[in-house]
Amino acid sequence: MSVFWLCVIVLAISAAGFVLGRQRALASAGGISGDLHSLPSYYGWNVFMKVVVPAFGLMAIWLIVAPMIVQNNVSKMIPASEIEEGSNIGLVMAEVRRTAVGLENAVAAGVLDADTATNPQADATRITAQLKEAGQVVTAEITQPVLQAAQSYRASTKTSGLILSVLAILVALGGAGFAVRQSHKDYRARNEVERGILALLIAAASVAILTTIGIVLSLIFNTIEFFRLYPAIEFFTLLEWAPSFSGRGGASSLGILPLLWGTIYISIIALLVAVPIGLFSAIYLSEYASARVRGIAKPLLEILAGIPTIVYGLFALLTIGPMLVSVFGQDGLGWMGGGRSVMTAGIAMGIMLIPFVSSLSDDIINAVPQALRDGSYGLGATQSETIRQVVLPAALPGIVGAILLAASRAIGETMIVVLGAGAAARLSMNPFEAMTTVTAKIVSQLTGDSDFASPEALVAFALGITLFILTLGLNVFALYIVRKYREQYE
Amino acid sequence: MNVMTRLEKQVDTNAIKMECRDCQVYYGQTHAIKDVNVDIEDKTVTAFIGPSGCGKSTFLRCLNRMNDTIDIARVEGSFKLDGEDIYDKRVDPVQLRAKVGMVFQKPNPFPKSIYDNVAYGPKIHGMAKNKAELDEIVEKALRRGAIWEEVKDRLDAPGTGLSGGQQQRLCIARAVATEPEVLLMDEPCSALDPIATAQVEELIDELRQRYSVVIVTHSMQQAARVSQKTAFFHLGNLVEFGETGQIFTNPEDPRTESYITGRIG
Amino acid sequence: MSDASLPNGSLPSGGANPQSVSLTEPDARTKKRNAAEKRFRAYGIAAIGAGLFFLVVLLFAIVSNGMGAFQQTFINVPVYLDPAKLDKKGERNIDDIKKVSTFGYNPLIQKAVFDAVQEAGIETPLEKTKDMKALISASAAAQIRDMVIENPDLIGETIDVRILAASRVDGYLKGRVKREDVARDKNIDAEHLDLVDGLQQAGVVEKTFNLDFILGADASESRAEQAGIGVAMIGSFFMMMVVLFLALPIGVAASIYLEEFAPKNRITDLIEVNISNLAAVPSIVFGILGLAVFIQFVHLPQSAPLVGGLVLTLMTLPTIIISTRASLKAVPPSIRDAALGVGASKMQSVFHHVLPLAAPGILTGTIIGLAQALGETAPLLLIGMVGYIATNAPDGIASGLLDPNSAMPAQIYEWAKRADPAYYERAWGGIIILLVFLVSMNTLAVLLRRRFERRW
Repeated sequence: MSVFWLCVIVLAISAAGFVLGRQRALASAGGISGDLHSLPSYYGWNVFMKVVVPAFGLMAIWLIVAPMIVQNNVSKMIPASEIEEGSNIGLVMAEVRRTAVGLENAVAAGVLDADTATNPQADATRITAQLKEAGQVVTAEITQPVLQAAQSYRASTKTSGLILSVLAILVALGGAGFAVRQSHKDYRARNEVERGILALLIAAASVAILTTIGIVLSLIFNTIEFFRLYPAIEFFTLLEWAPSFSGRGGASSLGILPLLWGTIYISIIALLVAVPIGLFSAIYLSEYASARVRGIAKPLLEILAGIPTIVYGLFALLTIGPMLVSVFGQDGLGWMGGGRSVMTAGIAMGIMLIPFVSSLSDDIINAVPQALRDGSYGLGATQSETIRQVVLPAALPGIVGAILLAASRAIGETMIVVLGAGAAARLSMNPFEAMTTVTAKIVSQLTGDSDFASPEALVAFALGITLFILTLGLNVFALYIVRKYREQYE
Repeated sequence: MNVMTRLEKQVDTNAIKMECRDCQVYYGQTHAIKDVNVDIEDKTVTAFIGPSGCGKSTFLRCLNRMNDTIDIARVEGSFKLDGEDIYDKRVDPVQLRAKVGMVFQKPNPFPKSIYDNVAYGPKIHGMAKNKAELDEIVEKALRRGAIWEEVKDRLDAPGTGLSGGQQQRLCIARAVATEPEVLLMDEPCSALDPIATAQVEELIDELRQRYSVVIVTHSMQQAARVSQKTAFFHLGNLVEFGETGQIFTNPEDPRTESYITGRIG
Repeated sequence: MSDASLPNGSLPSGGANPQSVSLTEPDARTKKRNAAEKRFRAYGIAAIGAGLFFLVVLLFAIVSNGMGAFQQTFINVPVYLDPAKLDKKGERNIDDIKKVSTFGYNPLIQKAVFDAVQEAGIETPLEKTKDMKALISASAAAQIRDMVIENPDLIGETIDVRILAASRVDGYLKGRVKREDVARDKNIDAEHLDLVDGLQQAGVVEKTFNLDFILGADASESRAEQAGIGVAMIGSFFMMMVVLFLALPIGVAASIYLEEFAPKNRITDLIEVNISNLAAVPSIVFGILGLAVFIQFVHLPQSAPLVGGLVLTLMTLPTIIISTRASLKAVPPSIRDAALGVGASKMQSVFHHVLPLAAPGILTGTIIGLAQALGETAPLLLIGMVGYIATNAPDGIASGLLDPNSAMPAQIYEWAKRADPAYYERAWGGIIILLVFLVSMNTLAVLLRRRFERRW
């Protein structure tokens, strides 16, 4: 029985339970709904809830856990000899799963009879041919152990599905029976249903926590795995980034420092572009501009914030890069080799961050009490003196917070550096040279062809955790500063 | 209204510092100040009293063009300081405000040290040639603000760390540091406790020796205590203006009498 | 008050005294200060000018580089479908016809173009039919083969077809390929360009609106002229559906709990800090999460819009929660009190009164969150939604969610990586389409806010 039909059955039971529960409650009050503790539909929902929640809960857990158990058992059937050079158990198991699905489909299509499909002695090559003929995706010749594993996989999956169906329906019926019996006029159905809803709300709120836990765990486990294959001390201290492309062997140098340098250098350039422009825009918009100018200029600047980063990446690669090359390249000053450079990515990122800096600073400048400005004007200060000597010093902590938030954005930005910064890791001071960043390398190490269990791929997780900690630290610190700043004027 | 005739009788004792004629203020569509005529005398404390929303603070802010910072406010009429029209196009409001200082309702020390708070005005106006002179100006201002003894040992402490009364006296010291000729005070004691209020009132009386002081106040007792002249505002009109003693003991207008006796306001 | 009674003026007043000058004649210092004031103001204007300048340059670059993608060069020629080549046995057996690969069709098309050249009377040193190859897109043969397989009766007839011109020809007509550049180009040379000029005058070669770019699928590296963004658009659509159906209910439920029910304690504090920090986690980290959890651990298929949607859901959730909480907070407590006052339970007061009043704000926030998710690229790279060439559109909801596909920004990235400048034009064009979507979504959000904004 497919999961879909199982869901339909459970829902049917719950619908029937809804009607039954409602009626039973009404009957217990002699048909007068005013005598019930809750509205009649609450009794129905109470039953509905008690059918659906345990049944679907069971299904969810089963569907996650059962395949893992089956997989674990089946993978024991695969002899070590079956795992070829350059392959691993994961790839073989993928083949087993494909074969099992192929068998299932072939039987359903009538190409293969059920007996042959389950016969462990069946000829693997013949079955391969039959499967291919039936249009099933089988990548290689199926070997005998794989075939047997696939058959066992198919059988266990079937059994597990059957057990699940029976259990789920039983649980649903049991829940329905229990809840329908509860439906009596004195039963506090509304409170019960509301408790259920509250549980649902809490579950939703904890998704955020689960996400963080998921991020942290997936980063930590894979990073530990990486440090098992590659010395941590080298990762943090080596001044060279040179992964070997063979995917195996310890010839790679995986030092994070050149990547960090590229990241920081590009971020600094981005901030050098974004902070003066963003800050002065914010000052002008909040202190000088008339309501009309503000109403036009502010949304226009904020368009820059709504443009996806891929657009800035393309802009860096195809517009800023060539523009810089024409000035600083071979025909000009000769400082620049190609269009991709720290400068290219930094400028694009700076443009992206302008509205970010300006709207944050705008909020912060506006939070400075008018009384301080009045005090300064009252002493005969000009507007710019007031801004420079009273408003900005008062807003300084908030502005520092905003800049830190912008820095964290810059460090975590991916698409602009992937397209605009280059691929070579370099420790250089020349901003017109191509360099690469932590984020760009995460992308290239995880999208290449290298084996997922190799240090060359796993290093991406170590880079990821560094990035995560770096940006998280900056954020927490910046938010702390901004919050302290706001409290000061509340 | 026969305000003009009454004014003529009463203006005699001191030289006139500021002269305001036919003053109108509009906030957008609202006509906030209507046909006000007032003369502010030198070395005199002039009190503006009246129920809240009567326009006394608005009028005060006209005297050093603080209303310029509010976009929707529009001021008409003639305001003269020593015979010069302060709303003349050639007048720089910045220079004007150096001459007509202001102290606000809520103490608003800058988030800087006590020293820097007081030194701010003299610095921007270039009143000190060197650090020693600046120190001198700051000390003098703090003494005039009657707060020197309390803060002389912690001039580097932030001004925001002082108590409310101290903060307000610091703001007064800050205002007098630029050597203004007129000092405008917008309900300077409304955020202070009675003891601090007494200190500030005493201070205002001292300041009268050198400046022309205009004070807006809610409290009639305060007006009676500190001022020599009193102007009573009601619904944007100047109802009565005269010697404080006369206003409080023998008001001419029935509205003034009602206010003073507590029937309106 | 001892210090207050100091003899007034006992201390000398130092420096320039502002009292000494007339108000109407600014002194030197005031002039200097006013100049500084003007300068400072000018910095502000310059900064805004710079910001707006960048915006204009960016938009100009997008439009000027991208508009070309919406036009495409076609060749209109009559092609004689020679039975001797396409169906040697003459039985019109569909299996036999299928055995003829696109290589069998190429000479026919080249001949057709060659004839057109002769007919137009263009003088050219290119005397062989094979020389026409450089003008014709590699996809033309497949296009005609598909027509023939669909309708074998066409064999032996001469059909008028509109075939794609090669991307160099297209680039030449759009000004991307210049005559001085072709010397180094092995795909095309100056003689071919002369031909193109002649054919264009004869009306054989023409540039028209390119619907296939909007609706079509990606093509292989060498066939830029054939590539379209349509399939990636469908991929993006399915991802957005996943985000909408997951992020909206979960986000609203979480916000309701945090705003209305959560007790103030350590755990809810933790959740709140968590959400505000999640909003600032770099998007690439969500990609790592998706790769490790959804693909490695749960074994969901790679490159599937479902996985992309899940990752984007987790990424969008904080945005939606933050905006939803703001809308809930904006509903005044008096409404809640009123509902509680007539005997509604807390839950009822929230669901019957607070939530409907906050709905416009929630919707606006959701649309803005979706727009953000639509433009997000980095996490999609890690779950394999690039590099995959989707040749046809999915045929149902399940396949739409589970079959490998790309997404609009990922497709743009893929094109930007390819070496052929013809693909750059496609990438810019793709950006125009993406921005059209984003602008419409944001406009909708703004309109919603204007329409339903309520001030309490």
